[in-house]
Amino acid sequence: MNLIRHVEDQCWDVLQQVSDPEIPVLSVIDLGMIRGVELNQQDEIVVRLTPTYSGCPATDLLKAEITQAFEANGLTPVKVIVDLSEAWTTDWMSESGKHKLQQYGIAPPQGQSHSCGTHVALTDGITCPQCLSNNSKLLSEFGSTACKALYQCRDCLETFDYFKCI
Amino acid sequence: MTNQVLAEFLLHVGDSQLILSHRLAEWCGHAPELELDIALANIGLDLLGQARTALSLAGEVEGLGRDEDKLAYFRTEREYRNLLLCEQPNGDFAQTLVRQWLMDHYHALLFSALTESQHAELAAFAVKSLKEVKYHQRFSTTWMERLSLGTAEAHEKTQQGLNQLWRFTEELFVLTADEKQLVDSGVIPDIENLKTQWLEKITAELARFKLSLPELGAYRSGAKQGLHTEHLGFVLAELQYMQRSYPNMNW
Repeated sequence: MNLIRHVEDQCWDVLQQVSDPEIPVLSVIDLGMIRGVELNQQDEIVVRLTPTYSGCPATDLLKAEITQAFEANGLTPVKVIVDLSEAWTTDWMSESGKHKLQQYGIAPPQGQSHSCGTHVALTDGITCPQCLSNNSKLLSEFGSTACKALYQCRDCLETFDYFKCI
Repeated sequence: MTNQVLAEFLLHVGDSQLILSHRLAEWCGHAPELELDIALANIGLDLLGQARTALSLAGEVEGLGRDEDKLAYFRTEREYRNLLLCEQPNGDFAQTLVRQWLMDHYHALLFSALTESQHAELAAFAVKSLKEVKYHQRFSTTWMERLSLGTAEAHEKTQQGLNQLWRFTEELFVLTADEKQLVDSGVIPDIENLKTQWLEKITAELARFKLSLPELGAYRSGAKQGLHTEHLGFVLAELQYMQRSYPNMNW
């Protein structure tokens, strides 16, 4: 069932305030983690959340934070369910989210998952978020969190995280 | 009956991921390089997340009110359904990488096939896991290449690791009589059929790595009956310690 328009808008506004604990500049909406907000037959607001990676420890925390944020705004009763029906992809990340990532010092995913996805090896040449040079090298396909790889810029010599395209 | 068989199958998949994840976590703080430390822990974390999905689903299908935690922390060795390969000790870095490489290729085939499952949640779980496994597979393959084609010592250790673990690979493709009904209804793939593809891939890569395929030996199996090697008990003692000492504690 659809929520009344203004209530639905309010829900999305609240979700925009819930940010990823590891990357606080990104909201769950920027990350493309919200698959829908609906009203179920028991008149509960159901938020469908999809995890980025299966093992991402932030998923449980985000469930709790979304519930808290909804309750604080009087949007009750609310239920956050984990929806795995479609596997999360970086294609769902918003353009503004990608921009914010770069400002924050993390190189955003480059390309679409069908061309850059997990079947293609990560390559050198990811744009350095510090100096914007493309002259970078891959240090490790696994970085500080499951979603990132580690790179080093050959020009400014900074190491940086790259949000893997998946 | 079918639900019970499916629950057992999900436990088999999830337990294998859980125990392998635990083994990888044992490298935390001990890997040869910081990047490797992070990589092994990250792969372990992916597997742990996948295991949570599989065990939760197993609990739902089983319908006895057991959630992922109940299943992980309150079953004994004999109730665990993981592959014996996953519980084998880490050995040296080469042996860990061999185990990972064997498992990654197995997981890639298994999850590719499971994406076609008639069971929607199982198919979704497979799609998600497959994405992550592809990263793992590339990591273990490049390291197998580096070690086997590197120094003579690295080559030797990789071959030894392979020799050590080979006898646990046969059971990767065991399909029980009960599971055949799940195959017939399109819920799971015929696992026995995956063996040829897996072996072809493994053989081709071993040739590229200049490693030899170990001779056929006395195979060990028992995962699906809960018959384990002596190592699983020690893993569970550590994994379950807190919940066994303070049942249902939270933090």
